Amino acid sequence: MTDLSRIDPVTLSVIQASLQQVCDEMDLTFSRAAFSPVIAEANDRSDGIYAAEDGALIAQGSQGLPVFVGVMQFSTETIIKRIANGQTLAPEPGDIYIVNDPYLGGTHLMDVRFAMPYFRNDRLVFWLSNTGHWPDTGGAVPGGFSASAISSEQEGLRLPPVKLFKRGHMDNEIWDIIRSNIRVSDQRIGDVKAQASALLVGAERLTQLLDRYGDDTVGQAIVEMRLRAARQMRAMIALIPEGRFEAKAEIDSDGVVNQPLTIALAVERRGEALHFDFAGSSPPCMGPMNSVRATTLSSVFLAIRHIFPEVPLSSGAFEPLVVENIAGTFLDAAYPRPVSGCAAEVSQRIAEAVFAALVPALPDRVTAAPAGTSGNFGLGGHDPQKGRDYVMYQISGGGYGGNADHDGLSNGCSTIGISKAPPVEIMEQNFPVLYHRYALHEGSGGAGKHRGGFGLDYEIELLRGKARASFVMDHGRNGPQGALGGLDGGVNRVEVTQNGVTSVPEHLSKAQDIALSPGDRVRVRTPGGGGYGRPTERDPALIEEDIRLGRYSAAESQSRFGR
Amino acid sequence: MSGLTAGVDVGGTFTDLVTLDPATGTLRMAKVPTTLPNQAGGVIAAFTAAEVDLAEVSLIIHGTTTTTNAVLERQLCRTGLITTQGFRDVLELGRRTRPQAYGMKGQFRPVIPRDLRLEVAERMDASGRVVTPLDEDALRAAVVRLRDAGCESLVIHFLHAYANPAHELRAGEIASALWPNAHITLGHALLSESREFERGVTAAVNAAVQPLLERYISRLARDLRDRGYAAPLLVMNGNGGMVSAENVSREAVKTVMSGPASGVMAALATGRRAGMPNLLTYDMGGTSTDVAMIRDGRAPVSNEIEVEYAMPIHVPMVDVRTVGAGGGSIARIDAGGLLRVGPESAGSYPGPVCYGRGGTSVTISDANLLLGRLPAARFGAAIEAARQAMQDQIATPLGLSVEEAAAAVVRIANTHMAGAIRLVSLSLGADPRDFALFAFGGAGPLHAVALARELAVPRVLVPARPGLTNALGCVVADLRHDFVRTINQPLDLADMGRVHAILVAQEAEGRAIIAAERVAVEEIETEFTADMQFLGQTHLLRIRLPHSKPTRDDLQRLFEAAYFARFRVDLPMIRANLVNLSVSVIGRRPMPDLSQLIAISGRAETLSALGSRQVWFDGWTDTPVYWRDHMPLSARLTGPAIIEQMDTTLLVEPGCMVQTDADGNLIIEVPHDRPIQD
Repeated sequence: MTDLSRIDPVTLSVIQASLQQVCDEMDLTFSRAAFSPVIAEANDRSDGIYAAEDGALIAQGSQGLPVFVGVMQFSTETIIKRIANGQTLAPEPGDIYIVNDPYLGGTHLMDVRFAMPYFRNDRLVFWLSNTGHWPDTGGAVPGGFSASAISSEQEGLRLPPVKLFKRGHMDNEIWDIIRSNIRVSDQRIGDVKAQASALLVGAERLTQLLDRYGDDTVGQAIVEMRLRAARQMRAMIALIPEGRFEAKAEIDSDGVVNQPLTIALAVERRGEALHFDFAGSSPPCMGPMNSVRATTLSSVFLAIRHIFPEVPLSSGAFEPLVVENIAGTFLDAAYPRPVSGCAAEVSQRIAEAVFAALVPALPDRVTAAPAGTSGNFGLGGHDPQKGRDYVMYQISGGGYGGNADHDGLSNGCSTIGISKAPPVEIMEQNFPVLYHRYALHEGSGGAGKHRGGFGLDYEIELLRGKARASFVMDHGRNGPQGALGGLDGGVNRVEVTQNGVTSVPEHLSKAQDIALSPGDRVRVRTPGGGGYGRPTERDPALIEEDIRLGRYSAAESQSRFGR
Repeated sequence: MSGLTAGVDVGGTFTDLVTLDPATGTLRMAKVPTTLPNQAGGVIAAFTAAEVDLAEVSLIIHGTTTTTNAVLERQLCRTGLITTQGFRDVLELGRRTRPQAYGMKGQFRPVIPRDLRLEVAERMDASGRVVTPLDEDALRAAVVRLRDAGCESLVIHFLHAYANPAHELRAGEIASALWPNAHITLGHALLSESREFERGVTAAVNAAVQPLLERYISRLARDLRDRGYAAPLLVMNGNGGMVSAENVSREAVKTVMSGPASGVMAALATGRRAGMPNLLTYDMGGTSTDVAMIRDGRAPVSNEIEVEYAMPIHVPMVDVRTVGAGGGSIARIDAGGLLRVGPESAGSYPGPVCYGRGGTSVTISDANLLLGRLPAARFGAAIEAARQAMQDQIATPLGLSVEEAAAAVVRIANTHMAGAIRLVSLSLGADPRDFALFAFGGAGPLHAVALARELAVPRVLVPARPGLTNALGCVVADLRHDFVRTINQPLDLADMGRVHAILVAQEAEGRAIIAAERVAVEEIETEFTADMQFLGQTHLLRIRLPHSKPTRDDLQRLFEAAYFARFRVDLPMIRANLVNLSVSVIGRRPMPDLSQLIAISGRAETLSALGSRQVWFDGWTDTPVYWRDHMPLSARLTGPAIIEQMDTTLLVEPGCMVQTDADGNLIIEVPHDRPIQD
């Protein structure tokens, strides 16, 4: 054993679990106190503890949004660097910085990050940070998902790291600037206080932990946790055979130029490290389907965490993962490229590329491709009956990929999220729409020995007033990829019926500001998951059951499964 | 009424009975094996074992796992669903989730399969206005089709029926003329709240367990009658109250989770008598641990419980959280070289290595045995196998001795359980330091003192009969009826006259039901609560109201205070929203005398140990072992100590003080060496 650590392994496990609990408590406080339904219901938020010297991830809440894995360590690192070179004011006890700049270690503008220095005996020892998805941060369209933006300014208000709280008190001048630039601003003070309150709860619990175990012991444990997470990740990487595993994933279009964007990925184990080479991916695009570096890295991390969920969340786990050749591609866009699609859609295509590359290498662990789109459908208009404007969001799930053990789940949540979709009854209470259908997307599960899960098929009718519809979805051109002989899942399909005439948007899964009048309808069918293994190997009893239950028509079954 | 009151609880392994003679305080008890599939056999056997003549019993309160097992094992009755055109897949689609945050695998099986879910034309809008009239011919055809497909039970679940149940009521009327039995569940009848998936699952589960429960209870009632029992039979509900046997199957879903609820009711009664109104209940079994929080002598009730992945049952139930750690939880070294405990479990079969049933993975129970905490004599030769497994699987890889390795396993397990308890109490806005830990279940008392130390809970209460807690819960439980009405209006616009009228009417209805139940109650207590939020929020905060006539200002003030206490946040600029009004009417039954739970005879005059054995506390320590039934009624001792009894072992760490009380409870004071700051 080369283990020179002075800390005993048991204390180490106890401290690791306790740090994790501090973060879980922050997550819980943030969600329960938040106003934004995206945070409170959809848990589109995350909380963590970061190292004072470099922002490295020490621990993160287990119920944080997966796409935030790793993101906050990049934004914390940026704050630390900016403080060092004088671009940002130095921290004092009680300060909380606010930042949402995508290009400074972020995602899209709506993901607003708070970072709080944690002092002990006048010395900065940690950063506590959290991210919450605000419902609006200004910009061309309510909610920030403009499918046709061509610059960052059209997407919303961009904040560099500034102190929103100074020595425990909120800076009302900064808050006034923010408030004046965002929609539905009256409730945001509730989210700001919830977000800050979560950090304060974390600080309180962290103090108890340090008092109990001693600063030195906790410090040693953190160093050791990082080493061990790296060791554990390397042990997992060793399960992957030598060789180069290549895959591609395509995004329908960037929303502005109607051409597919390609993610080209080659995964290769070199020694104890796993390299992700994105050379050959498309260059930065005109529309909002660019990604920023932090989001791209985080997407790789989250895909790997889906494959190896047993490795704890710590910066050490990411050390053996090397992402290469993203410079010059749309996966590392710089200001002022628009990026609103990065967290919800591009991230899921990156994860799909990772799954598709690694499924031959790890056939027991990796699934065929999941639906991989958040299915954002936004409807904004005026409800004459209630006399008010509204913005409605419908997010939806899709089928998961078949896998070595069983068929894929139907209507699973996005790869990068953990959020529930709102019930139809709640949507109809709040917005002037009537759902005609909320059903299984029949036929959409990709055929295979273990078939993909099924997507969702819903149709709504606008009841009153004028409205405009926008879509940011994906997989309209090709369905989620099958694996090991399995077929692709069904494609995402959007249909808009205006004055009795039905059409499909030019970009298939993306569109902005489609005018609707009462009686007009929108129907969305979300992707099914990819199939796993050859369809001819499927158990005939399961094929018959799917026909009996109406999941496939007899003709579909005959053409895809051969019976 | 002068006869005996009997509580019978059927658990997975044992059927437990406690009878009480209210006149004399005399208690009798029995523990017999549970009989499957017909649990009635074990119930009758328990009365025989306790030598209780059923003719002398004037009230039986029964806790059953019939519906719980049926749901968890999906051994459900064939059930059909008729729903709104376009929505038959709601039960299968769920809310767009996956079982774990990380990992893209996992499956979900809907309660009713797709070919037994039929649609008919009908539609209400969100305000309850008819959009499409009910197609009665189509409905008849659907009912006949499901009947002919062999369905035993039927669910009718229409969109927005909570806003206007007219279509469901009419459909129920038509169906009842065609359906061969009374097993028809209308979605709005159990739960009149929006959210079609949750309401639908609740209704579907109700329908799918209803025939099972009815068959079982009627057979039990007949068997009891045949043996001379002539008084009412009541069945425990998940809300900690009880309902008459004649009515129980109509709302069968309410009995799911009734087992954990009766444990909480026993804790509540014990704590009340012991002067401890704030308890964290801690029931550690073989595969899992149940935790609940009792505050101010009241059971926590929630109507948003998910009994497993994507299985929400939204009727009021005692809020018991289950943690995946029990005696059978497996310890192992992960690829990073770190020790992990759980969530995988060896269960009760093959179980821990020390059970000698072929289990090979080392578990928490094995660790306890190797540390001298469990009596070695009970395990025989398997202890050597446990030692070898601990050596090979944990000690050698970590470079520790077997004892150090076992102590490490226990410590990690305690850290996880403490974390879970902390999250339960925190999510309900409480501080564990204001509580006592009420430990029961086979393994609870073994870990309780260490957990209390970890949580900074100042004392532990181990009841006189930890293994009979659920049956005791049946004996002491109250009558309880819960009502909820949705208002969903900004407080400043709410019609306070209507608010008062709702609260008053619900209280009157609850009192009327209790009066009809033919069970003696000492007093009737009513709890009025309001679920509130700031406008724009989705989560709710439950506010207790002092009476049925609160003013608008009362509501505003109580809400703001509760919000600040929970989140340290005040938001004077945002309006409050009044979402639900709830009333719980509780018929308090006379508090029984529990002082005879412990045997008075056979006790020693002075405290003396049976002997001693080596127990590991950071090193082997010679530790006195006491037999609880031999301890003097009034005793006091200081740890280290082991106190054994038939169904559990209590471990007292060095420095903790143990004291008995009048009911035979053991109260352990846990000193905290370092004060923790607020």
